[in-house]
Amino acid sequence: MVRFENVGLRYGMGPEVLKDINFSIAPRSFQYLTGPSGAGKTTLIRLVLMALKPTRGLVNLFGQDVSRLDAATLTDFRRRMGVVFQDFRLLDHLTVYENVALPLRVTGKEEASYRAEVVELLRWVGLGERMHAVPAVLSGGEKQRAAIARALISRPQLLLADEPTGNVDPGLGRRLLRLFMELQSLGTAVVIATHDIALMELYDAPRLVLADGHLHVDA
Amino acid sequence: MSMPDHLDMDEAEEEHPRGGQRLPPSLRRDQPLVPVDSVAGRALVVVIAILTFLAALSAGAALLAARASEQWRGAVANEMTIQVRPDPRRNIEQDIARAVELARGVPSVAEARPMPRAESDKLLEPWLGAGLDLVELPIPRLIVLRLSSTVANDLVAFSQTLRREVPSATLDDHRLWVRRLSTMASTIILAGVAVVLLVLVAAGLAVAFATRGAMAGSRDSVEVLHFVGATDEFIAREFQTRFVALGLRGGAAGGLAAIIAIALLGFLSSAWSATPEADQLQALFGAFEIGWSGYAVVILVAAVVAAIAGLVSRLTVRHYLRAMG
Repeated sequence: MVRFENVGLRYGMGPEVLKDINFSIAPRSFQYLTGPSGAGKTTLIRLVLMALKPTRGLVNLFGQDVSRLDAATLTDFRRRMGVVFQDFRLLDHLTVYENVALPLRVTGKEEASYRAEVVELLRWVGLGERMHAVPAVLSGGEKQRAAIARALISRPQLLLADEPTGNVDPGLGRRLLRLFMELQSLGTAVVIATHDIALMELYDAPRLVLADGHLHVDA
Repeated sequence: MSMPDHLDMDEAEEEHPRGGQRLPPSLRRDQPLVPVDSVAGRALVVVIAILTFLAALSAGAALLAARASEQWRGAVANEMTIQVRPDPRRNIEQDIARAVELARGVPSVAEARPMPRAESDKLLEPWLGAGLDLVELPIPRLIVLRLSSTVANDLVAFSQTLRREVPSATLDDHRLWVRRLSTMASTIILAGVAVVLLVLVAAGLAVAFATRGAMAGSRDSVEVLHFVGATDEFIAREFQTRFVALGLRGGAAGGLAAIIAIALLGFLSSAWSATPEADQLQALFGAFEIGWSGYAVVILVAAVVAAIAGLVSRLTVRHYLRAMG
């Protein structure tokens, strides 16, 4: 599904922040992406999302080399991925419902065709009563769940979650982890970027460890 | 992916009713996906309204000039004058009678009317004042010819015959006046059209800057839209919809103000019609009235401004997104 070969990234003329990255994400897999703060986890996620271009190496997504993608394919690939940002990145002027429905709305679907589905998902993540609220009045945990719901609504083949438990208490962190495991069992490949060792110990899964710009797989 | 019922959210803060609950008809509030700062939005509406107002007034003025010049030309081109200069060696009354006779013999002349002495003296009153005895002065006499059609090809021959038969008479076909009036009217129309074009360009630039500002302010939202799978086309459409709405509001306000201003001017000019100034204006512009076609032009200008707002915002967004990509 995702394959990185000798990928390197530098900003401008600066030093390489990611060096010789080699890894792959198989369909229906579950893995952690870990490493100390500032190791480049978010940067690596942005590379998978095609928000950044590698300065060298090969990035292959869904069987295609991303350096030769046209705009339509890029959009299609992004629709197959769900992403939970560390800072949620909910649109402040939209309600929780509108934020979660966003991936469906941008495909041009009629609202009536997805309303029930969005409401069901919101209830599923425990935001049924908060669907009319705007992000500004939500707690950290609620924003987190809204961001997760938005990543899931389009039934992605790959879920990338950047520090999804970074802003919540340990209890909610455990519940969210269970939710991700559930998703994997439903057929989604899940990558969770975290530096929370306690969380990783709750469920054993391969770890992609980033340190000093290098990545190694700790199975 | 069907949502499993068994997802264990029982530790979550709230318990929510599942199924059986009726959904509200619409949960979306038709909020634009890309927020355009309301203060900047309002300012843009005001700018577009002012520009539309000016453009619509210019278009109205150009139209007024076009209609007035058409009236002048119609009136002037249907008329000709024969001027008979006094000559001590000739009898002027006989010359006039001969010239009228010759004129009546020309097929394209519908009517030839010698202007009575009293009437031609009256024409000099504004310059020489009333109450003067002009009998002693060698004042030319006029014969007014009304033409049956504006295309008259027998007038050149008539002019030559007239010069031969009545040496003291000359035919004045008003061509010089028509040319001068046409030039003046064309200048007014051209200036009006130029102002409309300039204002449209200014409106386009204002929208382009506002769009760039909105894009810069919504950079985060635009990035999120990209990540959730929005195409550039979709994002451009969102901005375009927003700016067309702003353009329509501004255009409608400006166009309405222009229509009110023109109607008010028309009302004032008719209310003051008894004054000499109003008579002068009336002579120059005809009735101060642009008619339905004029109002249609004003509405068209407002619609074009809105269309330009949409088009420019779309192009600006596409350009910005390409640069972002």
